[in-house]
Amino acid sequence: MTSDPKGIDLRSEADRMISAGSEALASECLAELWRKEAGGVAAAFLVSRFEQLRGKLPLIPYRLAVLRSFTAEPAIPLLRAEAFVRGIDLIVQLGDFNAYPQDILDPDSSLYRFAPDAVILAVQTIDLAPDLWHQYADLAPQAVSSAIQRVSDSFRQWIRAFREHSSAALLVHSLELPARPLTGILDAQQGGGQATAIYEINRALRQSAAEHRGVYVLDYDGLVARHGRLRWHDQRKWLLARMPIAANHLIDLAREWLRFLIPLSGKTAKVLVTDLDNTMWGGVIGEDGMTGIKLSPEYPGAAFQSVQRAMLDLTRRGILLAICSKNNPEDAMEALQNHPGMILRPKDFSAVRINWGDKAQNLREIASELNVGTDALAFLDDNPVEREQVRVALPEVTILDLPENPLAYASVVQDCPAFERLALSSEDQQRTTLYAAQRDRSRAEQGLQSKEDFFRYLDQEAEVAPVSPATLARVAQLTQKTNQFNLTSRRYTEQQIADIAARPGWQVLSITVHDRFGDHGLVGVAITRDDDETCEIETFLLSCRVIGRTVETALLAHLAHGAASRGRKQLLGWFIPTKKNAPASEFYRQHGFEVSRQNDDASLWSLDLTRRMIDSPEWIKVS
Amino acid sequence: MYEQVRSIVSDLLRIPADQISAASSPENIEAWDSVQHLNLVLALEEKFSLQLSPEEIDEMKTVGDIAHLVEGKLQVPPS
Repeated sequence: MTSDPKGIDLRSEADRMISAGSEALASECLAELWRKEAGGVAAAFLVSRFEQLRGKLPLIPYRLAVLRSFTAEPAIPLLRAEAFVRGIDLIVQLGDFNAYPQDILDPDSSLYRFAPDAVILAVQTIDLAPDLWHQYADLAPQAVSSAIQRVSDSFRQWIRAFREHSSAALLVHSLELPARPLTGILDAQQGGGQATAIYEINRALRQSAAEHRGVYVLDYDGLVARHGRLRWHDQRKWLLARMPIAANHLIDLAREWLRFLIPLSGKTAKVLVTDLDNTMWGGVIGEDGMTGIKLSPEYPGAAFQSVQRAMLDLTRRGILLAICSKNNPEDAMEALQNHPGMILRPKDFSAVRINWGDKAQNLREIASELNVGTDALAFLDDNPVEREQVRVALPEVTILDLPENPLAYASVVQDCPAFERLALSSEDQQRTTLYAAQRDRSRAEQGLQSKEDFFRYLDQEAEVAPVSPATLARVAQLTQKTNQFNLTSRRYTEQQIADIAARPGWQVLSITVHDRFGDHGLVGVAITRDDDETCEIETFLLSCRVIGRTVETALLAHLAHGAASRGRKQLLGWFIPTKKNAPASEFYRQHGFEVSRQNDDASLWSLDLTRRMIDSPEWIKVS
Repeated sequence: MYEQVRSIVSDLLRIPADQISAASSPENIEAWDSVQHLNLVLALEEKFSLQLSPEEIDEMKTVGDIAHLVEGKLQVPPS
């Protein structure tokens, strides 16, 4: 029926936005109208409004010439509307009907004077090889060969001539098969047939295209077959107006053209950011758990394995994957790492944001981390509310609209034209791996992005041991020399250390550290005294050489675990402030201790070991 | 029906609807060429889910004719 009320609202809203000077909102209205009503009438509306918005929106202009052997006019507004919605202002010149040989061969033709960025040559089998199309059954084998030769040579000649006169991209339709072979079931049997002859021409076409830079083949036969040979053709319109394509499939032709025009104009997506719950698996990991989420070769999990496979295929084209999910990181990472149904694994993702924050902000951070603009992102999320939020906050992001049925998810990813590429380099195929290696290198070179990454990068290994005759001198020396990271500044001689170490209930521990940069030796000392229920830290110090690298946390964790395993209920420690030890003043607080006593000279901190524990940092190997 | 047809013609030809009357036709509107006529046929077929025969397309001379023709095919009272 006629435009529904919502459709009329969108049109008048778009016009209101345009008059009000709200170009971005107008553009969004038009895009929504197109999503709801893509067709000839809406296309005319969109084209006229976007033309009014030229100069006010960041549209990429692109000049396209279409040479053709059939009526293609109705497809052009559809193409332009679709292109506008994707940020491309297509300026289209349609060649005269069947004038394509002259247009190509004559260096002064209107084709070349138009100075196109790209040219589409759309000719049908019925026009180029009428003998093979209509009369195949009559032809002797020799006549078939010479028909194949004739058409193949024409393609080669036109491509060569075009390339001589222009460096624009050339996109050539391959020839399509008829819906019904003229020889019936005989055609598919051995010894060649009509289909074989047409495919021979297409093979020669591909070869000619490959001999030149920037010449591409549009698999027109594949396009027709995909939609159904019986449905694609409209005999009535063909006879009436030389328009061979059924009206409802004109948009499919326009979209197929766009699969080339989008990478040609550079408007591609370089990163696909995906949600997790109900997008990469069925269900919600935080609620359904590892055993409850649907991800397997059987229904319904198979749908999600398919979309994962489709995403993995994108990485083979040099597209990066990233995750943006509202989840507890542990829950999500467990599934990613360990669920047996996962096709993708953590290593396939170049950036991960799993938190409860705003998705648009996370997308900005992902873009920044991966060194791309937000306009290079594509976003996949089953939740229409999330998609809408991102669409409004970041209109330059390509949003993939998922339908209700997960079985259709994979094809949405496969159909998205922003992922098309015209060429593949070996670097593209390995981009995810190369990216990870490059990221590690540049972090090392330029300074790391986060403290944790730096700590991991350091590759620290630490050994905690009781003082021994071999280490006695160094331990004592440290108690005498260390001022900055020293909580009590008690000074001991070697003899005093030896005496203390021998007393029951007392421990004198040292920590030695080596890392990526070398062996730092003995860099920390802790002296503790056990009472009935408590363990008190009499001395805790660290050489300034290793301050700020969580070595102190590793040593403190060792003390806490030791005290707990000896049955102590509290870990106590004094902090005695001096002129020099301010760096240590927050040490106990930072590790969860509470002040239990305070006076002018000192504060006593305590940790209830029955309720809290200190974790050793994961990036230090402690023995 | 007349209003709907008029609004389609208005969108396709980019002419304000109030400048289109029942008598509007390719004869008196310059923008209404054969290409637009084909677009109009396609738009009508899409919008009203019908197929127009070559004879029917021949009958489509003015906006009024078109509205009348589509009405007849849909058997919907004029609106």
